[in-house]
Amino acid sequence: MKFVDEFRNNEYSKKLVEKLNNISSEKINIMEVCGTHTMAIFRYGIRDVLPPNINLISGPGCPVCVTPQSYIDTAITLSEKKDVIIATFGDMMKVPGKKGSLSVKKAEGADVRIVYSPMDCLQMASQNPCKKIVFLSVGFETTAPMAAITIMEAKKNSISNLFFFTAHKIVPPAMEALVQDKELKIDGFLLPGHVCAIIGTKPYEFLSEDYYIPGVVTGFEPLDILQGLNTLVRLISKKDYRIENEYKRIVKAEGNPIALEYLNSVFNIVDSSWRGIGRIPNSGLEFNSKYEDFDALKHFKINYEEYDGSPGCKCGEILKGKIKPTDCPLFKKLCSPENPVGSCMVSSEGTCAAYYRYHKETK
Amino acid sequence: MSDKITLSHGSGGVQTNKLINEVFFKYFNNDILNQMNDAAQIDIDFKKLAFTTDSFVVNPIFFNGGNIGKLAVCGTVNDLAVSGAKPLYLTSAFIIEEGFSIEKLEEIVKSMAEEARIAGVKIVAGDTKVVEKGNVDGIYINTSGIGEIYENVNINCANARPGDVIIVNGTLGDHGMTIMCERNKLGLEGNLKSDCASLNSLVDTMLEAYDGIHVIRDATRGGIAAVLNEISEFSNVTIALDENAIPLKEEVKGATEMLGLDPLYIANEGKLCVFVPEAYAQKVLSAMRMHPHGLQAAIIGKVTEEMGQKVYLNTVVGGKRLVDMPSGIQLPRIC
Amino acid sequence: MKEEKGGKKMCLAIPGKVLSLDGNKGIVEVGNMKREVFMHLVPDALVNEYVLVHAGCAIQMIDEEEAKITLDIFKELMENEIC
Repeated sequence: MKFVDEFRNNEYSKKLVEKLNNISSEKINIMEVCGTHTMAIFRYGIRDVLPPNINLISGPGCPVCVTPQSYIDTAITLSEKKDVIIATFGDMMKVPGKKGSLSVKKAEGADVRIVYSPMDCLQMASQNPCKKIVFLSVGFETTAPMAAITIMEAKKNSISNLFFFTAHKIVPPAMEALVQDKELKIDGFLLPGHVCAIIGTKPYEFLSEDYYIPGVVTGFEPLDILQGLNTLVRLISKKDYRIENEYKRIVKAEGNPIALEYLNSVFNIVDSSWRGIGRIPNSGLEFNSKYEDFDALKHFKINYEEYDGSPGCKCGEILKGKIKPTDCPLFKKLCSPENPVGSCMVSSEGTCAAYYRYHKETK
Repeated sequence: MSDKITLSHGSGGVQTNKLINEVFFKYFNNDILNQMNDAAQIDIDFKKLAFTTDSFVVNPIFFNGGNIGKLAVCGTVNDLAVSGAKPLYLTSAFIIEEGFSIEKLEEIVKSMAEEARIAGVKIVAGDTKVVEKGNVDGIYINTSGIGEIYENVNINCANARPGDVIIVNGTLGDHGMTIMCERNKLGLEGNLKSDCASLNSLVDTMLEAYDGIHVIRDATRGGIAAVLNEISEFSNVTIALDENAIPLKEEVKGATEMLGLDPLYIANEGKLCVFVPEAYAQKVLSAMRMHPHGLQAAIIGKVTEEMGQKVYLNTVVGGKRLVDMPSGIQLPRIC
Repeated sequence: MKEEKGGKKMCLAIPGKVLSLDGNKGIVEVGNMKREVFMHLVPDALVNEYVLVHAGCAIQMIDEEEAKITLDIFKELMENEIC
């Protein structure tokens, strides 16, 4: 596969590993804030080849993981309504709420369907004119433009049976909350390559300008990740607090202006609750008043109040990178992919799921 | 005969006999079956037999590379073959939904007969039941099979040893991805084709090359990951795979990348893994590559000297990643 | 497979080649597999160019020049022993 295979080259990667092990021996904490990075790092065994002084922390990079439990509970309430079809990304199916999960509801007879893309909802709506489709619209900046396009198409075509229950979030404000946390010491960030493809590199300048923390825009193939780490470790060791782009074949400084145009014309930035972290100002996206007819909460007259997650679950600490999943008392004992307590274990991008799958001790 | 299966086709009366004669016996013709006894009567002259059963509920019933009938024969033949037995006789029992197309049934039965001919087995007993509409999804098939266990061959899940080389007979994940793409209508188009095949003649070829093979297992549900984990557990060994060496079709690579799936966990229906002592690995590999079902056979890893029961992958980066037992719901009705 | 269907990974995106275009839609090929993809975010994409596909939508063009530059840097690394 072009633009994939070349970036998985064995020889180049071994050279990059060698380089990475020869930059500095200073103890540093690097955080990545993208679930796909979390998974890729495990998939390629990158932790194994890092020098021992680099501590790689997974941050709140998984949109499903940071969605408050109240969202799932409300989604379940919606699934119980007559003539409603819930359309959702696969990841949300097993997230546990107070009354079970969407997966359980489906087994009990609720009409819950997995979609690959928000645009699939348009066809679903037209094929089911007597039903009300409720799309669980979650995701970061990579996914939000697609939700924007979908709602614009729905409005253009006067589709009246499609509704959105949104929980979109944007990453930079959450990162700012983390760097302000006195208990965390983050020396540098691996920046999420595909989010940057949309929003560009400017939204991350605050890290360098206000907090003297460098960040490197990083892709997802093994060579990309190793190159990103190399550059970041070099910047940290030289105390060079810049934002660098190591994913230039995809990311431009200005991002994708057309995608940003879609986002700006459809969404308002609002305060938002991040599970385990708390309320972060200006960190969420909601459809603006032009699209209020598509708002599921308004249509079904639901008074939505947010609340966080399950007691005992340490997802919050894990999402902030303060502890590792192996430090959570429930990990592997009460909490597993088959019986998840928290969303970090359910989501295929969740840190706990990644650790569970890839990080077991030898039997 | 009407063009749809009705409840009377399963009642044991005139319609049942008509169906048996005009569809089943038309294709499953052989000396034992033609005697039409309630039970097949077979002369055997060997001491140890292998005996297996499997049920098939695959959805969709027809897919690129085969159908539920072909799968039903291959699956049971392969279970016998990888146990070190020569597959001989199969039974086939059908549970059919009222309203099922007789033309489709005939196509399924014809495939089964053809596959049985290829595998060199006879279908010697069967049963047909019909249930009301909605009580079964189209058609379900059960096949049971017996085979003669080869003397002097000791193939067992617990026989893997440090130093063994692991070979697979071709590309992985073909069947599962074919089923997934056809069923879920993901809008992915390409040349995905199930690898569904009877592997007994390939196993014979392998054993002829070296009769001291330690383990042979077919990699069905849960993919190669499932079967390697089982072997690791039963043999109490550590298995190391080489990411660069896993054979995959471009289509499977593309589809799994797009969907975020791992080909190691995806079902196969015509793939097996072999554990061979290192000294004989090249000989077995060469023999496999001469066989139609082993043209793309490849060494994918080995049993290491490490303690413990685990399977890991040496990644392109030089790191290691655990390849754990698959958990949770696999894609349902894959076979 | 642990999950039943795609749409699981929020940033999972893969490069694909544009085979044909039809208004806001295009057929994109990834590893010999073709999929219909929405092209709203990359209106300037041409046939035979490469785009990054995420959840059924092309989200950015792939800059082949930049890709080549990156690979050349890696190649140079191999040839020099300097850290």
